[in-house]
Amino acid sequence: MKYDQARWTDDSEDRYEPLLSEKASKTVDIEDSSLPDDLTRDNLSLPDPAEPELARHYTRLSQMNYGVESGPFPLGSCTMKYNPSFTEDVAARADAAIHPGRPDSTVQGTLALCHRLQDYLGRIGGMDAVTLQPPAGAAGEFTGIQIAKAYHEHNDDERSEVVIPDSAHGTNFATAAMAGYEVVELPSGDDGRVDIEALEAAVGDDTAALMLTNPNTLGLFERDIEHIADIVHDAGGLLYYDGANLNALLGRARPGDMGFDVMHYNVHKTFATPHGGGGPGAGPVGVREELAQFLPNPHVRERGGNYEHYEPDHSIGKVHGFYGNWPVLLKTFAYIARLGDEGLRDASAKAVLNANYLAEQIEYEVPFGPFHHEFVASAGEQDAADAAKRMLDYGVHPPTTKWPEIVDEALMTEPTEGETRRSLDQLAAAFNAVASDSDAELADAPSRPAAKRIDQATAARNPRLSWQALDDT
Amino acid sequence: MSFDVPDDLRYLESHEWVRVAGDTAKVGITAFAQDELGDVVFVELPEEGAELTAGEDFGVVESIKAVSDVYAPVSGTVTAVNDRLRDEPELLNEDPFGDGWMLEVEVADESETDDLLSPDAYRDQIE
Repeated sequence: MKYDQARWTDDSEDRYEPLLSEKASKTVDIEDSSLPDDLTRDNLSLPDPAEPELARHYTRLSQMNYGVESGPFPLGSCTMKYNPSFTEDVAARADAAIHPGRPDSTVQGTLALCHRLQDYLGRIGGMDAVTLQPPAGAAGEFTGIQIAKAYHEHNDDERSEVVIPDSAHGTNFATAAMAGYEVVELPSGDDGRVDIEALEAAVGDDTAALMLTNPNTLGLFERDIEHIADIVHDAGGLLYYDGANLNALLGRARPGDMGFDVMHYNVHKTFATPHGGGGPGAGPVGVREELAQFLPNPHVRERGGNYEHYEPDHSIGKVHGFYGNWPVLLKTFAYIARLGDEGLRDASAKAVLNANYLAEQIEYEVPFGPFHHEFVASAGEQDAADAAKRMLDYGVHPPTTKWPEIVDEALMTEPTEGETRRSLDQLAAAFNAVASDSDAELADAPSRPAAKRIDQATAARNPRLSWQALDDT
Repeated sequence: MSFDVPDDLRYLESHEWVRVAGDTAKVGITAFAQDELGDVVFVELPEEGAELTAGEDFGVVESIKAVSDVYAPVSGTVTAVNDRLRDEPELLNEDPFGDGWMLEVEVADESETDDLLSPDAYRDQIE
């Protein structure tokens, strides 16, 4: 067999591979279909715009939207901080795009970076080992509780309950239930924190874990955290840290030092990766040493100067493919590496300062405080959802509304470290303008944005799932 | 704000009502429940012939605010389902004790109704 430039010939068998130009010009007939005729059609009712029209369409949609690049975005408990764009540049580098199936020995740089990120996150959280695998915060929670479950099962310790404060994120309840646990809801004390007596009554031999976020969703630090940890540990349970509010603690306090055994990191909140919209995201999970043997497969470790994937001894198994959501993790790494210890400490300081400054400026009642990264105001006699819609008229994004339920008509507000004093004053002015507006003005709001008040009930009862404008139908 | 709590019905703590007549029972959710839920947008109910067990969930009510399970006040066999709720879930808001009824059930054990809340007891619960 011998090769020419673009074809081979095999003289012994008189075989000859034709050049592409010599082949029949029509080798695959797209008119043919294996589908029966009654399942095929010739015309699809889809829009057929020219490229500039399409570009204009999407630009117009983006202009109707409001994002953190349009103005302040104080959606409480979401930490909608501005994501510096250099992380996008890093994640877009061609040398970051390796095939995930390549042998470990050929991707040492990538594995080294994963290992360093595990290390960074471990140090930030005070954890002994970190997995980068889970693809979102909620997936991290589920992974963390599965690890706790594996730990108890490994010790032949049957436990059936997970204790969660009433101010906790909804995902905590869902995680515990999905993992097969009974949820025990813990009422908050009068100061908005964990009620120690209620905790002592709730925790016992059946307690697998207490899930806690600290500072909590009212922006209050759980001062008795060490006592809380002792109560849970004395009963044989584990302490789970919901990383949603980690932004308040960066470089200043560590869940591991408070006695937490497992935690997840919401990198889209704390480390400037994009928020939701269905992903891709990442929710790394940290554990203390005793739990490292249960981490998901694969985990990255260093052996004699080389990095490798391996399966921990009693791994809970796979929670995602390959490296986890690698570009998201790369952005996390880039953000932490750029800020460094000093920058992270500065971020948490400004996040806390901004929340407290804003809480002082607004005229709505703000129960509790002083705060960490967020506060919950009460719209009082106003409907919090109406007040939020009215804020749109004043050109800012509203806070989270009607949650947590322990504050009436809650306006849960988190300005983040990124806002300047000027933009905080702009936010406060919007809050205060709404506070003095009449019920009629609230009921008609919003009147200025591209989309007016939406009839949510009709939209849900009769959803229009078509691209066509109303006039076309 | 006080809600209608008809005197001829019995109630569950989870805000379902039941009207028992002989061995048939009509089931729905209360005026208080629909107000808490807000505008109802979707109702999921069992088929005719399904078996209900008292205290267990038999369907789902979805509003713009929440998705909630609905619990059976009595055990028995479903003999009729309010099909109008499929296209008009708002009936639950407009007329929870009337056109917004959910199921008719052939009651397996009439003594079960003794455990249900009286109108006064339910009134106390929601006030």
